[in-house]
Amino acid sequence: MLSFALNAAFVMVGIAMLLGSWRVLVGPSLTDRVLALDTLYINSIALIVLFGIYLGTSMYFEAALLIALIGFVSTVAVAKYLLRGDIIE
Amino acid sequence: MSVLFAIVLLPLIAALLPRLVQSMGRSTVAIVTALPVLLALLLLLGTAPSVLVDGELLQAAVPWLPQAGLMLAFRLDGLAWLFALLILGIGLLVIVYGHYYLEKSDSGGRFFSLLLLFMAAMLGVVCSDNLLLLVVFWELTSISSFLLIGYWSGQAAARKGARMALTLTGAGGLALLAGVILIGQTVGSYDLGTVLASGDLIRSHALYPLMLVLVLLGVFTKSAQFPFHFWLPHAMSAPTPVSAYLHSATMVKAGVFLLARFYPALAGTDLWFVLVSSIGLVTLLLGAWMALFRHDLKGLLAYSTISHLGLITLLFGLSTRLAAVAAVFHVINHATFKASLFMAAGIIDHETGTRDIRKLGGLRRYLPHTMALATVASMAMAGVPLLNGFLSKEMFFAEAADTPLYGSLNWLVPTLATIAGMLSVAYSLRFVHDVFFGPVPAALVAHAPHEPRRLMRVPVEVLVLLCLAVGVFPAVVVGPLLAAAATATLGGELPEYSLAIWHGLNVPFLMSLLALTGGVAIYVWRAPLFALQRRWPRPHAPAIFEQAVQALVAVAGRFVRFIDNGALQRYVSWLMLPVALIMLAAMASRPDWLGEHALTPVDGLSILATIVAVLAALATVVLRRQRLVALLMISVVGLIVSLAFLRLSAPDLALTQLSVEVVTVLLLMLAMYFLPSRGVIESTWWDRSRDLFLSLSIGVGVGLLALFAMTHPGATISTFFIDNSIPGGGGANVVNVILVDFRGFDTLGEITVLAIAAAGIYALLENLGLCLPIYDPEGRPWAKDRSPLVLQMISRAVLPIALLVAMYILVRGHNMPGGGFIAGLITAVALVLQYVASGVHWVHARVPHNYHPLVAFGVLLAGLTGLASLLLGYPFLTSTFEYIYWPIVGKFELASAMLFDLGVYITVVGATLLILARLGKLSVVEQEEGN
Repeated sequence: MLSFALNAAFVMVGIAMLLGSWRVLVGPSLTDRVLALDTLYINSIALIVLFGIYLGTSMYFEAALLIALIGFVSTVAVAKYLLRGDIIE
Repeated sequence: MSVLFAIVLLPLIAALLPRLVQSMGRSTVAIVTALPVLLALLLLLGTAPSVLVDGELLQAAVPWLPQAGLMLAFRLDGLAWLFALLILGIGLLVIVYGHYYLEKSDSGGRFFSLLLLFMAAMLGVVCSDNLLLLVVFWELTSISSFLLIGYWSGQAAARKGARMALTLTGAGGLALLAGVILIGQTVGSYDLGTVLASGDLIRSHALYPLMLVLVLLGVFTKSAQFPFHFWLPHAMSAPTPVSAYLHSATMVKAGVFLLARFYPALAGTDLWFVLVSSIGLVTLLLGAWMALFRHDLKGLLAYSTISHLGLITLLFGLSTRLAAVAAVFHVINHATFKASLFMAAGIIDHETGTRDIRKLGGLRRYLPHTMALATVASMAMAGVPLLNGFLSKEMFFAEAADTPLYGSLNWLVPTLATIAGMLSVAYSLRFVHDVFFGPVPAALVAHAPHEPRRLMRVPVEVLVLLCLAVGVFPAVVVGPLLAAAATATLGGELPEYSLAIWHGLNVPFLMSLLALTGGVAIYVWRAPLFALQRRWPRPHAPAIFEQAVQALVAVAGRFVRFIDNGALQRYVSWLMLPVALIMLAAMASRPDWLGEHALTPVDGLSILATIVAVLAALATVVLRRQRLVALLMISVVGLIVSLAFLRLSAPDLALTQLSVEVVTVLLLMLAMYFLPSRGVIESTWWDRSRDLFLSLSIGVGVGLLALFAMTHPGATISTFFIDNSIPGGGGANVVNVILVDFRGFDTLGEITVLAIAAAGIYALLENLGLCLPIYDPEGRPWAKDRSPLVLQMISRAVLPIALLVAMYILVRGHNMPGGGFIAGLITAVALVLQYVASGVHWVHARVPHNYHPLVAFGVLLAGLTGLASLLLGYPFLTSTFEYIYWPIVGKFELASAMLFDLGVYITVVGATLLILARLGKLSVVEQEEGN
């Protein structure tokens, strides 16, 4: 049961990442691309945790934690850039 | 044998002192300079009984770089003893003389420091027992003499003369180094004793001509032999004590010293004879001829020195054992009379204000003492009987008359030798007669020069007395010294010779007589010669040299511009081209790049991720002119790479890559603000093809290389690391143990580079003013809200959590994925987030923001951790660990490597913030000024 759920989740997250990547590639606006990149980061968290469950190890947990903690900082920086130009003022 | 070390190292260590006591008055400086020299001289004299009388060879050695054959090895045989005596003895006299010579405005501390440095370098050259060590000291003499010649750095002539001397002697030093390495490779040792004993091996080697020419280049440049002689007259812009010391007694003698030193190893072949004797002969004649026509007193002496050095070189070239003895003897004699003559010239200059012979005359009325001293020394230079110059010159004439080696041209050597002798007599006569006799020029009458202070004359008196003593009682005064030095030079039995004044009416005596009368005649009828010489084409050495240097600089400049035209692309492609070629060649030669190791099975998700990464990478290239879009694309690549690291079980790499990604985006966003949002097309079709070729070949090459490495079985270095990680480093995380323990030294280097880079970026951005865009790329005005409230609140909540995670990652790093580098980046990102969300002012009001000391502290902490193990008697950066039990936590490991990791952490935090905050502040200042 768990293996079926895992596989289904892998497929779904995979599709989500593919679509996210597509949006980063085609845009059209910069905001679309930024949001898509952020979504890719979120999807990665899911993927990493799923991978950890699949292998039965907590070794990969920190990577997910790290993305959750600071992955959004790039998004913030780009957003600040779009708003103000200067990100540190 | 600590005495040897003391003799050489005393002046070296004492070289610091004159600078330090400079404020305590000129006399203190001179005394502080003289005392260590005196001590070294006494130590040297103390070894006289064993070295000179018993013929012992004193040696002392400490390994320096034994792997490269470099030993701190000194020897004191007769030859070294003689030169050390000249260096220390005349050095002491020059210090006394220099004290009175220097003006009040001259920095005595600098002068005497340099003089001591030079003295130590010379002592090192003559006492070295290791060829590489000899070259090291040889270079040190070039550099210190450069500084001494250019002592009056305010004068253009001094600077030019110093540069010329450095260029020539430095180039010669390089040739010597090459020659010495060849000799060392041939013999299999750089030990001087071994090399001297392997003369036959060296001479029969196929590369012997090359070795000889390279060593002789060093010798001829240093000893100002034709055609490298021209630097010496221009080095006369040095203060006279320097000329008296360097250009008579010591530095220029380093070349002939080397001839003597290598005599057993290199001499005795036809090539040696032809090269050394002909160069010596040409220099002897040319120097004497030029000396006659100099109007500058020091210039006359300089050319005379060139001529006498040529004489010594010629004697070594004649290759008979007796000639070598004569050469060593003339080294002693020339040093004494020439040093005293330079000092006399200095006194004349000092008292009259000019060194131009045409403006001098009749000085015997004003400077009777100096006249007496200068006359005796000049007579020694001319080779008048009862003075030391006569003895060695007669030995020279005897050897010249006897030489059988030139075949049918045998009459040539004695004839030319006699002519050189005549010229020598003539210019000696000119030095004395034109200066001290004849009418007094009107300018001098008004000036009314007077004798210098008594003590300024003492050094001259000592030297002149020595000239007399050697000349009258040669066997008593100089006999044992000469015998010991000549024995060491020849490396064997001494030939029969007698140090007597009168050998009967023989050919050499007739030649001497001819030289004396002929010299007087030349002087008396010198007017036509001067007229002839004026019509002589005179190449202006400094101008030619300057032209050559400028041409070289121009060629080098063109070459540099060809490689590096200021565009990074070209520079990097030069670097990458060989990499690509070597890699392609290596891979082409290995058709078995796919080994027998089974490939990892692939899954759908990995294929998907790979496709995304490839597409994003291609999109980065295609969309590179839209900078922000390209940045987002490359972020996608970075994210996928991090996921790939995880997939392939490298969590440490994944963590590092993730945090580096964030910092990179922050850095580029900061920089991009100042760039146009769209790049312009600057590259040509050719540039792009080149870049395409390079990137494709390197990409394919690295891919194949990785495939090759991973599919071929074999023992790798990682086995060692995995096996020793816990027993040796006390950590279960091999990656971290490698970073902080096995390869801790590399890491220390890396964080040092990081710290330097941060400081460099900080310095480069200092005072940089940049125009800020008023509108965004779409032409809209920027948003008004500097710090959105939501962002502020969320970021503040993130900081403590991020710090906690950073600490967690740092502490567990030794055993689980993590470590100082990742923790440092997390902390830095969390802090930069505060800058982004709340602004510089808000952050700086709450956080200490002087990051320089932080960076330095981090590097120091890491370095000191390494030093601590050194103190405990282990190699640098050996780590130790201990398990302790805490009440609640339980078993906990404390490793010294964790302290090292803490240093890494602090450095990374400091350096990242130093760079990012500085980039951010750039615009803060600007905006406030703009508002």
